[in-house]
Amino acid sequence: MSPRRLVWLLALALPLCLLAAVMLGAVRLPALDVLAVLVGRDEGMQRLALIVRQLRLPRALLTALVGALLAICGAAMQGLFRNPLADPSLIGVTAGASVGASLVIVFAGGAAGFIGLSLVSLGAFVGGTAAVLLVYRLATGPQGTSVATMLLAGIAIGALAGSIGSLLEFHADNEMLRRISLWRMGGLDGANWSRVAIVAAVAALIFVVLPRQADALNALLLGESEARHLGIAVDRIKRQLVLLTAAGVGVSVAVAGAITFVGLVVPHIVRMLIGPDHRWLLPASALAGAILLLVADTLARVVVAPTELPVGLLTALLGAPFFISLLRRRREYGL
Amino acid sequence: MNTPLLEVVGLTLTAGGRAVVEAAEFGLAAGEHLAVIGPNGAGKSSLVHALIGDTTPAAGAIRLGGRALADWPARERACRVALLPQASALSFPFTVAEVVRLGRSPHASGSIADRQIVAETLAACDIAHLRDRPYTRLSGGEKQRVQLARVMSQIWRVEDADDRLLLLDEPVAALDLGHQRLVMRQVAALAAQGVAVVSVLHDISLAARYADRMLALRDGQTIAAGTPAAVVTAERMQRLFDTQTRVITHPDTHTPVVLHG
Repeated sequence: MSPRRLVWLLALALPLCLLAAVMLGAVRLPALDVLAVLVGRDEGMQRLALIVRQLRLPRALLTALVGALLAICGAAMQGLFRNPLADPSLIGVTAGASVGASLVIVFAGGAAGFIGLSLVSLGAFVGGTAAVLLVYRLATGPQGTSVATMLLAGIAIGALAGSIGSLLEFHADNEMLRRISLWRMGGLDGANWSRVAIVAAVAALIFVVLPRQADALNALLLGESEARHLGIAVDRIKRQLVLLTAAGVGVSVAVAGAITFVGLVVPHIVRMLIGPDHRWLLPASALAGAILLLVADTLARVVVAPTELPVGLLTALLGAPFFISLLRRRREYGL
Repeated sequence: MNTPLLEVVGLTLTAGGRAVVEAAEFGLAAGEHLAVIGPNGAGKSSLVHALIGDTTPAAGAIRLGGRALADWPARERACRVALLPQASALSFPFTVAEVVRLGRSPHASGSIADRQIVAETLAACDIAHLRDRPYTRLSGGEKQRVQLARVMSQIWRVEDADDRLLLLDEPVAALDLGHQRLVMRQVAALAAQGVAVVSVLHDISLAARYADRMLALRDGQTIAAGTPAAVVTAERMQRLFDTQTRVITHPDTHTPVVLHG
């Protein structure tokens, strides 16, 4: 498929998915009414307008933004690590965020948050970004940043965070345990407009800056010294990519918990369709990530309505078999 | 006489506190080809990597176009100096044409010119028929020719830069006899357009056939430097490689040929 065509297709599909996500749920809303509310004509439909404006629309937007962020950050990470099997959780974001969230759940209970983010989300964000910065510091020496050391440091931080997490669970009571495990599964049920605004601000920054590094990422795939020989300021680019991905994944984890596999699987599917050129891979991944997470979250809300499944459970359920098939067939894709 | 394109003065390189190249000294004019020979671990690769600024010299100076190499901004240097490394670890399925196009990324020559250059370098390296194949599926020799086309495209045009330097670390190591000759002839054609070439070659006879001058290194020391006929003698081969050889003169090219003793 030509890259341009894929990006166009995805760009056309995204609004449809958004509309479907707003229409579907415990109560099914008619498309025309939803469209009428969206353009501000809601006479005589107060209840429907409330559902759309306060519940479904912020949730759909948050879902799309988180999906796009996870996928574009995953694509950038895989390029940076020159490893098509890399995932943002590899550099410790998810593990750190999980410890941050658990710490808050166990020690701060239901304390209030600020600007729409619960304290748990803030804990997750701080934990996630701290883990990334720590990994980055560990891997950076006088000779620059070593990607191999960074992967190993990510594994070490992950293990450390895992054991701290287990220790916290050991101390937690039943209610806390349930909240921790629900948080780990991920979910977008906490969506509201202030969360949308926070994530949109981070996403705007990432969507503007990351695609400008597409050529540098392409050159980096050849190897770090090869990229340097092509005139790329490799160390500056690496620092920028690590900080951006930390912010992007950190904020996603903070508002939606640990949603796995989107960052890994989406860039892969896109690469299989249009190749590894980051000039197309980055925007196409962002769009496809938004669509995938919207579909998963809509399913999560519909299949066992009126309750809902944690969306992280669905992405893992869909993503893991795909990943396994990928591992089995990796030769065919020329990986 | 003009300032040479590349000047290396008293160059000493260290790695882990040990000198890997000591007091190397040579100059290279536009269009000249210098072949660096020597046993494994003699410092040949360290030397070519220093010439593109990968390492900071412990002593001495490297000047490109009369200006210290370290003073060139990265992008401007990339428009002038290209290096073919011994091995490349590209594990993403770029097509062959995409890999070669990456060589144009320091330039702002426009996509039409770039496409033309990619087509020319693909043809020069005899890989035009592979242009849409994924790089990851190629054989070792094909990959090497793709990488060569990539670094050639980086310094392909006269209008890209006044001073152009091509560094080749074992460019023909994985190639068959026919492609060895093809590649060396293409390198010679680039040199004829004013590109200075420094190559690391293990095939002494091939190096003697195509290089204007040779530099023999052993343990980082310069054992000999000069024309192929002056450098390649049985006595020197003994000193460099600790092995018996016979050196004869090629009946057609009149360059030295090393026979196993």
